Amino acid sequence: MSELKIKTMAQFMSEGKEADILFWVGSAGSFDDRAKKITRAFVRIMNKADINFGVLGTEESSSGDSAKRSGNEFLFQMQAMMNIEVMNGYNVKRIVTTCPHSYNTLKNEYKGLGGNYKVQHHTEFIAELLAKGKLKITGNLKGTRVTYHDPCYLGRANNVYDDPRKVLKSLGLDLVEMKRNKRKSFCCGAGGAQMFKDPENGSQDININRTEEALSLTPDIIATGCPFCNTMMTDGVKSVNEGAAEVKDIAELIAENI
Amino acid sequence: MGISNIIFLFVFLLAIIFFTRNLNRIIKNIKLGRDINRSDRPYDRWKNMFRVAIGQSKMTRRPVAGILHIILYLGFVIINIEVIEIIVDGVSGSHRFLSSILPVVLYNFLIGSFEILAILVLVACVIFLVRRNIIRIKRFWSKEMTTWPRTDANLILVFEILLMSAFLIMNAADGLLFAAGNPHYVTSFSNPISQYFQFMFIGFDVATLVTIERFTWWFHILGILMFMNYVLISKHLHIFFAFPSTYFANLNPLGQFSNLDSVTNEVKLMMDPNADPYAVPAADSLPPDQFGAKDANDLNWVQLLNAYSCTECGRCTDSCPANHTGKLLSPRKVLMDTRDRITEISDNKRKGKEDTKSLLGDYITAEELWACTSCNACTDACPIELDPLSIIMDMRRYLVMEQSAAPTELNMMFTNVENNGAPWQFPAADRLNWKDE
Repeated sequence: MSELKIKTMAQFMSEGKEADILFWVGSAGSFDDRAKKITRAFVRIMNKADINFGVLGTEESSSGDSAKRSGNEFLFQMQAMMNIEVMNGYNVKRIVTTCPHSYNTLKNEYKGLGGNYKVQHHTEFIAELLAKGKLKITGNLKGTRVTYHDPCYLGRANNVYDDPRKVLKSLGLDLVEMKRNKRKSFCCGAGGAQMFKDPENGSQDININRTEEALSLTPDIIATGCPFCNTMMTDGVKSVNEGAAEVKDIAELIAENI
Repeated sequence: MGISNIIFLFVFLLAIIFFTRNLNRIIKNIKLGRDINRSDRPYDRWKNMFRVAIGQSKMTRRPVAGILHIILYLGFVIINIEVIEIIVDGVSGSHRFLSSILPVVLYNFLIGSFEILAILVLVACVIFLVRRNIIRIKRFWSKEMTTWPRTDANLILVFEILLMSAFLIMNAADGLLFAAGNPHYVTSFSNPISQYFQFMFIGFDVATLVTIERFTWWFHILGILMFMNYVLISKHLHIFFAFPSTYFANLNPLGQFSNLDSVTNEVKLMMDPNADPYAVPAADSLPPDQFGAKDANDLNWVQLLNAYSCTECGRCTDSCPANHTGKLLSPRKVLMDTRDRITEISDNKRKGKEDTKSLLGDYITAEELWACTSCNACTDACPIELDPLSIIMDMRRYLVMEQSAAPTELNMMFTNVENNGAPWQFPAADRLNWKDE
C-alpha cells in the first residue's frame, strides 16, 4: 500500500510545530477492520491535498458517544473531559472526523464542558477541498449506480445533507435516492449504542429493513459516511442478497479516484 | 335583560369557571416537573412559534393530513370571531351585534368567510373520520391507540361536524326570517353556503323558523363551551399547548443531548488532583439530585408540557425505526404514558391516595427504552416539535446510573471504555496500529 504520511500531535509538539487540523480517528476508525480502511482512505485524501494534520494516536480515547446515548452520563463526561484536556493541551482549533457520532458529540456536547472546536465531518471537509480546487478527481464513475444512506447523526442530528451528495456527484456517478432520504432517512439500527448490543425482539432487524430499501434500487454501491452504518449495511447486504452491492464510505470512493 | 339572557350568563360563567379550574390543575401538574431553563434566545423562540405553530410549517410534510388540518385550524381561529358576537348577543339580547358596529361590507365578508370555512371544516372532518375508521390508517390503530384514544379522536370530529352544521342551519333559518321581514331578524348578511340549506325549511312558519334558529344558536354556543371544557381531558389540548410547546422547544441541533450538571460537578471533583478524597460534605449541602428519571415528576416541566400537548397523531411512531420493525418502543406511547402518569400522581396527591406506581416499570418498560436508536426520526417528525427522545434518554440515565440496570453487553461496553478508552476490548496502546497495516 502507498505510504501514508501521518504525524501525531505529540510529534508536532516535539518539533515545535503545530498542526492546522486534528484528524479525530475515533474508536471504530482505529480498531474496526472495515473502518480502518476508511481511515486510511481519508488520510490518503489529506496527503494528496497536502493537509497539515495530526492525529492523537494513543492519546485519543473514546469520544463517549455510546456511553452517553446508553445513559451513562458519568462515563461520557469523564471521557469528554479527558479528551478536552488533551486537545486543549495541543491548542486544537479545528477537528475533522470520519465518524458522525464523534462529530456530533465533539461539535455539540463538548463545548458545554470546555471544548470549543470547529468540527467538520470528512464529507464536509472533502467538499471544501473540491470547491477550493485542492483536490482533482481523475477517475470517473460514470454509469455506476450509487445510493447514499444518510447517517442519522450527520443528517437529522446536524442537518448535513448536501455536502456528501456534492462529493459523490463530483465522481460523475449516477446518484439514485431511496424514498426515505435526507430528513426522512431510516436509521441503520446502530445508533444510541445499539451497535454494541443485540436488538430487542421484533419482526425484523432495522438494518435489514434499510438494506432491502437500498437494494430495491439495484445500486452497484451503497455509499455512506459512518463506520457504524457501514457495518450495519454490509451485514444487511450479506443477509439480504450477498454480493448484490458493495458498501463503501465516500472517502474510499474519492481516494480511489484522485 | 330577559330570562334567556340570565340563563346564558349563568351557563357561560359556569363554563369559564370550570375551564379555569381544570386548566390550572394541568398547569400545576406541569409544574411538578424539574426546572429547566428555556428562557434564552427569546427572539428565536418567538420565531419558532410563529413558524411551526402559527404557520403550521411542519404539518404539510404529509400533504393530505396537512392541508385538511390547516383548514380546521383556520376555521377554528377565524370562526371563533363569531363567538364574540354570540356572547354579546347572548348577554345583551341584541341580534348580530357585530353588524351594528362594523361596516356592512366587512360584516358580509366576515359571515361569508365563516360560512365557507364552516363547510370546508365539515368536509375535512368527514374525511378525517373516513381516514380513521374506514381506511383505517395504520398509525391510528397501533397498540397504544386503545378504545379511549380512538373514541376521543372520533368524538372531537363528530363534535366539530355538529357545531358547524348548527352554525350553517342557524344562518339558513336567520336568512329566511330576514326575508320574511321578521322584526327581530333585521340584519342582512352574506350567506354563500347557508342559502343552499334553506330548501329544507321552505314553507315553515315563522314560529318554527325562530325555534330552529334559537335551537341552533344555543346548540352552537353550548357546544363551544362544552368543547372548551372537553379539550382539557382530551388529546385535543394541543389547540392551546402547541404554542407554548413550540416556544419552549429545544432549539439546539437534534443530536445535541443535555449534559447533566450534577454529573459535571462530580466528574470535575474526581479529576481534580487537589481534591481531598476524605472531605466530608458541608453540613448545609443538599443531597445530590437523582440521576435521570424514574417517575413522571423526575422529568422537567417542558417534557411534561410536551406530554399534555401531544395530540396522538402518531407521526413519531410511524417514522420510528424500532417501532417499524416490530419492537415495543413507540415514541407516542412514551408521551401518552408520561401524560397519564403525571395526571395520576397529581390526582392521587389531591385525594390523599397512596401511590406505589412509577412511570418506569408500571407504564414504560426497560425493553421499550432499550429499543431506541436515538435516531431523532420522532422529534423531527413531530409537527409541534415535541421531544419524546429526551424522556427516553432521561429514563435510560436512571436505569444506568441509579440502578446499574443496563443490558449486559452495554455493561461490557462501559467496562471497555473505562479500561481501554474504546467500546471494544482492544488495548489503548494499539490505537495507531492502523497506520502501518
